[in-house]
Amino acid sequence: MDLFQFSRAESVAQAVAAGAESPTAQQGAQVRFVAGGTTLLDLMKLNVERPQRVVDINKLPLDKVERTADGGLKIGALVRNSDLAHNEMVQKDYAVLSQALLSGASAQLRNMATTGGNLLQRTRCVYFRDTAMACNKREAGSGCSAIGGFNRMLAILGTSEQCIATNPSDMNVALTALEATIHIQGAKGERSVPIHDFFVVPGSTPQQENVLEPGDLITYVTLPAPAAGSKSVYLKLRDRASYEFALASAAVVATVEGGRLKRVRIAMGGVGTKPWRMVEAEKALEGHAVNEGTLHKAAEAALRGAKPQSENGYKVELAKRCLMYAVKQATQAV
Amino acid sequence: MASIEEVVPASIIGTSLARVDGPLKVSGGAMYSSDHNFPGMLYAVPVCSTIAKGTITSLDSSAAEAMPGVQAVYHRKNIGQLFRAAPPVGFSGLIDERRPPFEDDVIRYYGQYVAVVVAQTFEQAMAASAAVKVSYAGEKPDVSTTLSSDEKPKVDTTRGDADGAFASAAVKVDETYVTPVETHNPIELHASVAVWDGKGFTLYETSQAVGNHREVMAQMLGVPLENVRVISRFLGSGFGGKLWPWPHCLLAAAASRNLNRPVKLVVSRKMMFQNVGHRPLTQQRIRLGATADGMLTSLQHDSLNHTSILDDYGEGCGEATGYLYSTANLRVTSGLVRRNVGNPTAMRGPGAVPGLYALESAMDELAIKLKMDPVELRLKNEPKLDESLGIPFSSRHLKECLTVGAEKFGWSQRKAGVGAMQRDGLTLGWGVGVCSWIAARIGCEATVELKADGTARVACGTQDIGTGTYTILAQIVAEKAGIPIEKVEVVLGDTKLPAGPISGGSWVTSSVIPAVADATQKAMQTVLMAAVQGKDARFAGKKPEDLVFSGGRVQVKGGSAETSVAYAEVLRAANLGGVSGTGKSEGTFGVPPKVSQHSFGAQFVEVTWQPATARLRVNRVVTVIDAGRVLNTRAGRNQIEGAVMMGVGMAMLEHTTYDQRNGAPINSNLADYVVATHADTPQIDVTFLDYPDLSLNEYGARGIGEIGLAGIAAAITGAVYHATGVRVRELPVRIEDLLGGTARA
Ligand SMILES: Cc1cc2nc3c(=O)[nH]c(=O)nc-3n(C[C@H](O)[C@H](O)[C@H](O)COP(=O)(O)OP(=O)(O)OC[C@H]3O[C@@H](n4cnc5c(N)ncnc54)[C@H](O)[C@@H]3O)c2cc1C
Ligand code: SF4
Repeated sequence: MDLFQFSRAESVAQAVAAGAESPTAQQGAQVRFVAGGTTLLDLMKLNVERPQRVVDINKLPLDKVERTADGGLKIGALVRNSDLAHNEMVQKDYAVLSQALLSGASAQLRNMATTGGNLLQRTRCVYFRDTAMACNKREAGSGCSAIGGFNRMLAILGTSEQCIATNPSDMNVALTALEATIHIQGAKGERSVPIHDFFVVPGSTPQQENVLEPGDLITYVTLPAPAAGSKSVYLKLRDRASYEFALASAAVVATVEGGRLKRVRIAMGGVGTKPWRMVEAEKALEGHAVNEGTLHKAAEAALRGAKPQSENGYKVELAKRCLMYAVKQATQAV
Repeated sequence: MASIEEVVPASIIGTSLARVDGPLKVSGGAMYSSDHNFPGMLYAVPVCSTIAKGTITSLDSSAAEAMPGVQAVYHRKNIGQLFRAAPPVGFSGLIDERRPPFEDDVIRYYGQYVAVVVAQTFEQAMAASAAVKVSYAGEKPDVSTTLSSDEKPKVDTTRGDADGAFASAAVKVDETYVTPVETHNPIELHASVAVWDGKGFTLYETSQAVGNHREVMAQMLGVPLENVRVISRFLGSGFGGKLWPWPHCLLAAAASRNLNRPVKLVVSRKMMFQNVGHRPLTQQRIRLGATADGMLTSLQHDSLNHTSILDDYGEGCGEATGYLYSTANLRVTSGLVRRNVGNPTAMRGPGAVPGLYALESAMDELAIKLKMDPVELRLKNEPKLDESLGIPFSSRHLKECLTVGAEKFGWSQRKAGVGAMQRDGLTLGWGVGVCSWIAARIGCEATVELKADGTARVACGTQDIGTGTYTILAQIVAEKAGIPIEKVEVVLGDTKLPAGPISGGSWVTSSVIPAVADATQKAMQTVLMAAVQGKDARFAGKKPEDLVFSGGRVQVKGGSAETSVAYAEVLRAANLGGVSGTGKSEGTFGVPPKVSQHSFGAQFVEVTWQPATARLRVNRVVTVIDAGRVLNTRAGRNQIEGAVMMGVGMAMLEHTTYDQRNGAPINSNLADYVVATHADTPQIDVTFLDYPDLSLNEYGARGIGEIGLAGIAAAITGAVYHATGVRVRELPVRIEDLLGGTARA
């Protein structure tokens, strides 16, 4: 770890001003906000993150979960993962989010981890986390060690020749299925970005993971009002029963009417370079009855573009099963 | 003064007792090695090679040396002389990596130490370690996981004509089983705190064997034995990884001597995967030949394991194969294959654990070929004596383990056939495996002091590695002297104490019993002498042989209990602070055995399988263990339950992966090397048969630390086959293997 300056932001404006001094908000940022610290400090100890300045944002008044006027939910960036998971409104209207949060990390980590921090957690690719190894995401142009290496956990969707790392978050998958919006206070003012546009695929710039600019502070995440009569589930498949990142996971929000799927939103984790919305699968299912036939069609559609690596070919089949089973659960077919 | 009523219950041997060191541990009072701090102490952080094969071409420490707080950067040119350890004799002089650190510029495995930074704070040392610039001439390392050897394998045991009998057998199994590299991951990292006093060393080490540690360190540091003291009071577990010294111990000690300051070095989790041993990769071919009605006619077990470039570590996979079953024709061989890896070392149940995974898997496959119940097959091949040595077993109740286990598990309800059993929408799989583990004694000493304040103190230079040794020693003294266990102080883990056994092989309990019992007896005898000597003596005029020591009190033989006197009072009357006795145990190693001493057990496993999500979980385990008399049922059950949980990890999760391109153990952290969590732990039912094995000691106790891990992986893979139809012959069982599993659900 390098020596760094530490300060505490007293206001959103102060935080934004401090952040704006960094040449980038992506890999290599010289100013970093710290919320729960469970991603940042870990990476600083590994010399993967080397900020010169760390700005503590924990005092900012962004720690509430509130109803919005349109019946949706407004989640402060500093709401702890455990508080969000156990929030009554979340449990009642957005069960998928609660389940996703509780399936992640450990109780201790969830008590520290925040909504904003979770959105921005970094990949678990072992080469990214080891400065002795080549990694384009950590050091642009150095190469991708994961291709042809230890990639069992990594992505099969949205990959590039430069990077195949997964976005490891569970929460982000649920937020994607819920069509969340990320609210950002930047040096040039406020803006809001749909979660689908917030994350970017690696392409030739894997160091760039989202649309954040220097100074950008995530203030809130909003969720639209729950679709009437919808049911949602999060299914996470992994080697051991707890405390492990997903090999494949699925968040499904579904409304069944008259034996048919009226509306469905599906996002998957553990398979994509960002939380992966399964639009093709949704199309294949909407308006149809849920049965083995339609489920298979949807699963095929979802994984059509999959590009397996040397060790993760199993994810194609696993993801299909994950998707099918989660849809069954959400439509109460099981 | 003690009253008659306070006299202790008849026996606390075989009862369920909480750990005597528990309160210290949960209150943070137990001092683990890295908890020791000293004025002026410095922190050392090693620099690890980033290649697995090649040579160092240059090493530039100038930038690191100029960093804040840095006191020194040591490497080959300036560490000072370190020696190789001499070849071992018995249980002393043991070390797995014999080359002292920095001996030459050759790199033979990834992460090998090339320098060490010493600074005022840990953070400074960490930062500077990243600033040491090392250049290498690297070569392609060999970390291949397919093993083959041109050398003639060593024949470990043989009888009859194994080849001929196999060739003509009616039913045959010929399969190869692979167990991967597993890394010891105790919570407590390896650590050394070295204190040089100008002449000698006091070393606070994470050691399972302080006596051996001291001898090796004295040799390698080039100082007289008496100038080294090694202390290991508490261990956050070791699993065999902390049996012998590792190179970091030398780095801490050398740095302390060079700088004349105490030095602390704590190995990182990543280094745990590189520098302090692992269970080696094993590849084992098993050939079984049987008659159509299931009598074994031939058994061959040929195993290879990988080892490092410089050192030979033989896993000994065939350890239990020679005596487990009856068969006239048998051959067990073993061989080593060199790889660019750190040297392997013993991991809980070395040899038997991977070996029995292979043998018991093959037995399951044979049962299926024979269309025979796998329990039945084992019962049928029970030997009458140890056929490898031609001597009787001291105490073998494997058949009873199987029958009692089958009863408890409900094995009679079993439906053979893949996917034949269902419950609550899940497919069930049932499997069975037997286990065995060597029983032995290591020669050792112990001292027991009975004190005038009514307490006792027992001292032995063995270690408690978290298994309950403190409690067991207290129990023996309490039992022998007839005093409450709370009155017994136990002192362990220091080379100043009488030489104790290594905490390995599950041998501590059986080894210490005779020494501690003997020492207590001697101290009691001295109390009797004190009771009669001098005019103030409580039994002046009597002879020691007229008296008895019982229930913590002294009385005249045949006299009434009311006339008894607490031993503390006897001592006080004689103005003695305390009396002590030293006892000895004889070792069983190196002596031709007259009986074959082993523990046995049976493992029954139920897995649940959900094909729709490819989710397989170990759901229920019944374990029946024949390990002699169990001195403390709570500590004993803990050991078996922990071993079963570790077995779930071995069968389903644990696997150290080496990057084939650069030789790095690549999943060197606890997120990517997954061990079983509580959520993965099945319901575990442990039964001890509790037949005393009096060939070992007066209580008939063997040892229980390792046996619970043997046989479990085979029972699990057998259950996996039963549920899914997938036979996994290379551990661990992964989702990848199961995706093709049967979809009946
Ligand atoms: C051992 C372990 C296991 C884990 N397992 C899982 C798992 O199974 N599933 C899962 O989903 N996650 C898992 N996690 C990840 C965990 O969820 C994240 O570390 C956590 O959510 C990050 O939140 P934080 O508040 O601690 O972030 P921090 O570490 O404080 O911040 C992370 C990043 O976000 C930035 N940041 C934080 N808040 C803001 C803001 N408001 N605006 C702009 N930038 C901001 C920081 O500058 C930093 O770059 C695991 C983590 C660990 C250590
Ligand atoms: S997958 Fe991405 S994060 Fe991993 S090594 Fe390649 S570039 Fe780096």
